Amino acid sequence: MTESLNGKGLALVPKTEGKQTLKDFKSDQEVRWCPGCGDYAILAAVQSFLPELGLRRENIVFVSGIGCSSRFPYYMNTYGFHSIHGRAPAIATGLATSRPDLSVWVITGDGDALSIGGNHLIHALRRNVNLNILLFNNRIYGLTKGQYSPTSEVGKITKSTPMGSLDKPFNPISLAVGAEAGFVARTIDSDRKHLQSVLREAAAHRGTSLVEIYQNCNIFNDGAFEALKEPDTRDEITIRLEHGQPIVFGTGENEKAVRLSPTGGVEVVRRSEVADSEILVHDAHRDDPSLAFALSRLDEPAFQHVPIGIFRSVDRPAYDTLMSEQLEQATADKGKGQLADLLLGGDTWRIN
Amino acid sequence: MTKQVQQLDRVIIRFAGDSGDGMQLTGDRFTAETAKFGNDLSTLPNFPAEIRAPAGTLPGVSSFQLHFADHDILTPGDAPNVLVAMNPAALKANIADLPRGADIIANTDEFTKRNLQKVGYAANPLEDDTLSEWRLHSVPLTSLTVKALEGFEISKKDAERAKNMFALGLLSWLYHRPTEATIKFLEAKFAKKPDIAKANVAAFQAGWNYGETTESFSVSYEIKPATLAPGVYRNISGNQALAYGLIAASVQSGLPLFLGSYPITPASDILHELSKHKRFGIRTFQAEDEIAGVGAALGAAFGGALGVTTTSGPGVALKAETVGLAVATELPLIVVDVQRAGPSTGMPTKTEQTDLLMAMFGRNGESPVPVIAPATPSDCFDAAIEAARIALKYRTPVMLLSDGYLANGSEPWRVPEVAELPDISVEFTTEPNSEDGTYLPFKRDPETLARPWAVPGTAGLEHRIGGIEKADGSGNISYDPNNHDRMVRLRQAKIDGVDVPALEVDDPDGDARVLVLGWGSTYGPIAAAVRRVRKDGGKVAQAHLRHLNPLPANTGDVLRAYDKVLLPEINLGQLALLLRARFLIDVISYNRVRGLPFKAEELAGVIQDVINSD
Repeated sequence: MTESLNGKGLALVPKTEGKQTLKDFKSDQEVRWCPGCGDYAILAAVQSFLPELGLRRENIVFVSGIGCSSRFPYYMNTYGFHSIHGRAPAIATGLATSRPDLSVWVITGDGDALSIGGNHLIHALRRNVNLNILLFNNRIYGLTKGQYSPTSEVGKITKSTPMGSLDKPFNPISLAVGAEAGFVARTIDSDRKHLQSVLREAAAHRGTSLVEIYQNCNIFNDGAFEALKEPDTRDEITIRLEHGQPIVFGTGENEKAVRLSPTGGVEVVRRSEVADSEILVHDAHRDDPSLAFALSRLDEPAFQHVPIGIFRSVDRPAYDTLMSEQLEQATADKGKGQLADLLLGGDTWRIN
Repeated sequence: MTKQVQQLDRVIIRFAGDSGDGMQLTGDRFTAETAKFGNDLSTLPNFPAEIRAPAGTLPGVSSFQLHFADHDILTPGDAPNVLVAMNPAALKANIADLPRGADIIANTDEFTKRNLQKVGYAANPLEDDTLSEWRLHSVPLTSLTVKALEGFEISKKDAERAKNMFALGLLSWLYHRPTEATIKFLEAKFAKKPDIAKANVAAFQAGWNYGETTESFSVSYEIKPATLAPGVYRNISGNQALAYGLIAASVQSGLPLFLGSYPITPASDILHELSKHKRFGIRTFQAEDEIAGVGAALGAAFGGALGVTTTSGPGVALKAETVGLAVATELPLIVVDVQRAGPSTGMPTKTEQTDLLMAMFGRNGESPVPVIAPATPSDCFDAAIEAARIALKYRTPVMLLSDGYLANGSEPWRVPEVAELPDISVEFTTEPNSEDGTYLPFKRDPETLARPWAVPGTAGLEHRIGGIEKADGSGNISYDPNNHDRMVRLRQAKIDGVDVPALEVDDPDGDARVLVLGWGSTYGPIAAAVRRVRKDGGKVAQAHLRHLNPLPANTGDVLRAYDKVLLPEINLGQLALLLRARFLIDVISYNRVRGLPFKAEELAGVIQDVINSD
């Protein structure tokens, strides 16, 4: 069973008989994010994407932590659990492990997932429970009104760092690859088509998938991802990773390519300066995570070049499947547990 | 030589040695033989947190005390009649507990100059008159073992390591224990190393034969089987009983058990035990931390499982926020706290009752939870089922307060018939519960105030829950002041209304003026003390609380019926604080926080003092 589920993240989730539309996934709750928040775009993208999966709505669960993005479940007409700060991956792990018939989505933010919940995130990734984690990264704390986050750039001036933040941020993709994640991707709130294409692959992946979504907080960190959206700059810095395709980006004279560097990583070079054979062909299914990690480092310093798409998509048995198999194995070996036999096991004696 | 056989009604033996000497195993085996023989028994393992403290030092001493009798007994005994001291450290660490005249069996081989110096003995106490007031049996256990194992295909080190089995054999002879089970046990334990198995069995038999032939022991002892209530019995420790209770709760509720847990002393054995029973559909999840353990259990509960987390005090502190979420979302959850000495890391292997107030109040906001405490090791079985019953019926987290004494201690348990166990089955909500056909996740049962429980996968009942305050009924986010006030009171009223049995009082003559009240693991020592006082003509009533929240409805009436209420606790008066606040009754607290259970004699004196203090 383990092998046959590869690439079939939803194989155990019952399918709907009727046709679904975006409306089916809208709850009756008024959406209360700030006008102009990137979360609206992500919500709409998810709601319009889900009908495509054709799952029974009652078998979909959204679990979130705390933060602006974590209000997401209230707006989805599915089962939902708005939990506590940082703990959504842990709660979702218990749910998904005990209920393989559910499609479980974790909605989290950069503070929720990478600060207070960092431990749960890395362990969820290595454990590989069948979860889809959508990490809304706006590089700021929104709900607590504008403190810097673990993805804020060094020197960030905020209410809590009037002279600038001091600590180096996480690169969520590097972190996920380092945490043994099987599926790691990045997308952006404003590009619905790309976002949905990534969600499609994430849902199909059986195991934990981590999708970083660049999300604009127009109140406390407006324009954080502007370079990826401005027509003048976006095509020059955005690297669209596509499995099996040579990694090239930029336009006209500025066209660039990615190749292996002599120091063991990858580097960006002018397209005109390299032979086709030298250009790195993206292989998301490569078992060795080093290249996926190297690609994630192209974003250092941030926004010089930004790879988006699927960095890594490698199948290995999901934790919930393995656990179910142990239960089946134990039952096959010795039969279903009988309470009376259990209680009378060991040395007993009778008193008349 | 025919040896004399003397009849005894009860014996207390303490095996003491280095942490690496296998004293816990020796004690466990002697206990199993004693259980098989049919004595009533009670055990008290006592060991350091360090896995292998430096050999031969006082901090490295590990001991196992066993009390067995031909009648029903309540405690592992105050003071040993026999001390088996495997080295000078074991002698030094335990001699103060040993009454004059008791037997000491000392392993002379370990009483070397170096080992004596390690623990500050200037001279060998086996050779001067230090121990003249005790009955000393000097036995070269190590060299006798090595000699008995000459010719076996094992190393000298392995031969020396079998000395605990030699000691077990000797004690088994001394008290006429059956030996077949131990031989079988050793053969199974070392099945993969047949040479070691044979050597251990040989050492065990050599110990027995030594007893029969040596002149060091002129008398052996018989303790007749106890007359307990009819039934099938087995020996069981608190942690094992608790694990079995959780399995029984899963079977009796029809819900799959999901345990989310992080290893912590003294609770880990529950995780170990449950992880062995996968064919009951039990999922055990060793989480990355305490918070993830309870989080996963709560997530599984949301999905319709019997969610359980097991831990000790420091873990409960970490889980507090998630327990609060379970209170807010009104999902069933069992939180097992095997209490240990605190604060902070405290003394991980020592017992205490110091988490009661944390269990009651250790969360932000008004966050009431039912609290239950088992009284004896075997009672952990019933307490676990009761915790599950309340959690499922009222959709609430329940705190189950065991402790290190119950967890590791053991006693004979009359195994219940499955048919005797309560039916705690639940029905999930599958239909809309409002007139307009919608599902209101917080529309309560008018009687129990429990909310409906609809699990993912149920069509038409899709809903969202969370930690934000909910509107009564609909469960939608609400910041309405009056709604919050109502919800706070509803959550409290639900817990206050949990059906708990009345508090029973044991007062044979009905004319006692002093009541001794206890809760949790102090039951045995208190009951043993009460017996002593009554035997000496004292009048005292006893009551024991299993439900700490809510308290039985008659608690106030019971307490007010006595002139004085004495409340021994292994804390600084936590239940006393609650009772004074609740009933304005000035209970008399008796508190010791030594990491050890009370002694019956000590409590008997305290009870007598209270009786006499008129």
